[in-house]
Amino acid sequence: MSEVQNFKVTVDNITIEVPAGTTILNAARMIGGDVTPPAMCYYTKLKESGGKCRTCLVEVSKGSEKDPRPMPKLVPSCRTTVMDGMEIKNITSEKVLDARKGIVEFLLINHPLDCPVCDQAGECDLQNLSYEHGTEGTRYDFPRRTFEKEDIGPYIQLHMNRCIMCYRCVFTADALTEKREHGVLERGDHSEISTMLNKALDNEFIGNVIDVCPVGALTDKTFRFKNRVWFTKPVDAHCSCTKCSGKVRLWMRGDEVFRVTARKNEWNEVEDWICNECRFEKKSTKDWVIEGPSVIARSSVIAQGHYVGTKKTPIVIDKVIGKDPKFLMNIHDISDVNKPEIELSKIAGPAHSNDFKGK
Amino acid sequence: MGIKLLLENDHIEGIKNYDTYKKHGGYRAAEKALKMAPADIVEEVKKSGLRGRGGAGFPTGMKWSFLAKPEGVPRHLVCNADESEPGTFKDRYLMEFHPHLFIEGLLISSFALGSNTTYVYIRGEYAWIPDILEQAIQEAKNAGWLGKNIQGTGFDCEIYVHRGAGAYICGEETALIESLEGKRGNPRMKPPFPAIQGVWMRPTVVNNVETLAAVVPIINMGGDEYAKIGMGRSTGSKLLSVCGNVNKPGVYEIDMTISVEEFIYSDEYCGGIPKGKKLKACIPGGSSVPIVPANLLFKTAKGETRLMNYESLSDGGFATGTMMGSGGFIVLDEDQCVVRHTMTLARFYNHESCGQCSPCREGTGWMYKILKNIEYGKGKMSDIDLLWDIQRKIEGNTICPLGDAAAWPVAAAIRHFRDEFEWHVKNPEESQKRNFGLAHYADPRPIPASA
Repeated sequence: MSEVQNFKVTVDNITIEVPAGTTILNAARMIGGDVTPPAMCYYTKLKESGGKCRTCLVEVSKGSEKDPRPMPKLVPSCRTTVMDGMEIKNITSEKVLDARKGIVEFLLINHPLDCPVCDQAGECDLQNLSYEHGTEGTRYDFPRRTFEKEDIGPYIQLHMNRCIMCYRCVFTADALTEKREHGVLERGDHSEISTMLNKALDNEFIGNVIDVCPVGALTDKTFRFKNRVWFTKPVDAHCSCTKCSGKVRLWMRGDEVFRVTARKNEWNEVEDWICNECRFEKKSTKDWVIEGPSVIARSSVIAQGHYVGTKKTPIVIDKVIGKDPKFLMNIHDISDVNKPEIELSKIAGPAHSNDFKGK
Repeated sequence: MGIKLLLENDHIEGIKNYDTYKKHGGYRAAEKALKMAPADIVEEVKKSGLRGRGGAGFPTGMKWSFLAKPEGVPRHLVCNADESEPGTFKDRYLMEFHPHLFIEGLLISSFALGSNTTYVYIRGEYAWIPDILEQAIQEAKNAGWLGKNIQGTGFDCEIYVHRGAGAYICGEETALIESLEGKRGNPRMKPPFPAIQGVWMRPTVVNNVETLAAVVPIINMGGDEYAKIGMGRSTGSKLLSVCGNVNKPGVYEIDMTISVEEFIYSDEYCGGIPKGKKLKACIPGGSSVPIVPANLLFKTAKGETRLMNYESLSDGGFATGTMMGSGGFIVLDEDQCVVRHTMTLARFYNHESCGQCSPCREGTGWMYKILKNIEYGKGKMSDIDLLWDIQRKIEGNTICPLGDAAAWPVAAAIRHFRDEFEWHVKNPEESQKRNFGLAHYADPRPIPASA
């Protein structure tokens, strides 16, 4: 067995060693935090995915140790593998941030502003992306393109207006079904996701297209308009399912199970696919063995309300700029409520009055 | 009289047919090539300095030498006959009137590259041409130039003509490959390049029709001789398809040493502009290359005469130059409206975007809508800057060059004809009744003093 060679790459001044064949995006994900480019279409589990949304574009300022020339164009980090000695600029590159702003604008010009009634709101990749990289207003003053809603089988609704054409569901369906039943019709800005002659996708695992969808284009009909995701609490649970791993995440409010999804990792990618029966039919706590609260990113809206088991995103800015960041102000200086000796960033959850009382 | 290599026998009646073609020196190059070693043919093409005639101008010999040659894996030559660029119709002429020249080029190239199965991916709209090609292939086969054991050399080659369904995007080589495989014509992510993984993941070379036809004179006269024609890195002859406001539109072969002015005004070529009108602007290489105003067309920004070749046309970069592109020469006279023209192109790119990556899918439609507003007197001044910003954010950020091709015409139109856009915005009513006209676009430009 030949050992996999390790390559040294530098993302935004942070150097890391990764195995050869790793993509820039995955190398950046190993560092985590702000230097990780956002990805709307790439999905680790789907081999052909990636390269389409262009949000993960990065600048390669040095190709490799052997060939130090920079790459002429911004490259999609999800589909570009690292070379030894490669230097990548993500948040330290003006060009990247400018291009990314443009991409977010492009993705949003035809996306409806219906977050208040969208089931995906709160766990939507596009929401997070536009919050982080978008502008506050739109320069697009034309009617947005619209489509009719479409039912894909009894459990899934396709809301094409919201689709950003990431192709993730297409690749998922391709992997699940024998023939090409789910794909893209038309082209350009009127292209749409559709199924073969609008037939239902009849597959035991097809519910997973809901989980891979980065926006609210594919939604779970058993959960539609039942609740807002941030009012429900995610808990990990399992059951002995004969078809799938049975490892799921239940979204509960009180004792009521509102929704069952697959477990997702910190990059919002599914860990194990689950079957339709687990997803759509086992909606009672009796069906499940509950393991405990899921680990949720602290920055997520779901983590609001003293949710236990939150995970903090690593802060890497000091490494990127090579020194401790200078804060605009120190909140302790201007607030009498806070206790200056308590550092807010060290508190496990969102700050609470208990943190400042007593002790 | 310019040199004629590809259209040498253009005047001969029946050159379409095998017998006539053979009688006038046809298949001489193939005969010669089949006796050479494949590597030597590649070497000749390298020496000739032939550059891809499809638009990008990449050296063909170099492209051929990149072809991976793994043991036991078939290789393919694919001819890109999906000529869909508005303004370009030179390949159609070659295939329609000189099918045997084309097939001879295909045969030599297939032999050089070791492709036993060669495909011609032809544009769907060229509905009548596949029949011509298939007939010519049959004739060549009957004469022993295709099929098994060609001319007793032991080399087998079959050529298949594959019809596209009418998509501009399928002219992009990886989209063409996808389409050829029977899939949706979405461009692939590169790398891997087709030379490593192309059709059915096998090493593939994709070349333009004219490029492959040019291999015939190269073999006939030798690479070194071919390289003597033309100038600089623009060697050989180039076919140009001329359309727009000229007296004699059509396909012309030039040797890339004549000036643009001569090309437009001489009787041998375009024959000037009808009714003695003045030239306003020109797109020298097909719709996606930047448009240039008259005062930058005949002379470069440095005041040198602009010639019809790769280097001279792109002199000055995009700021003051343009590109040779695929040779779709579009001439606009003083009565043409650049805004309307740009809108038409934007509509085309909006319609032809595959919709795979976001900047091109959303941006092309947005640009078209804004241009439509400006053209119909509903534009705002801020729209012009917005257009500039949109094209800037599309260019270079897409999977395939269609995004660039959509961005460049808009960028160039705003760069050189901003006054006309502003006039449209400021005079919404007048702009519906008359055109902006020639204005100052043909006035001589001040030539910067050289250091």
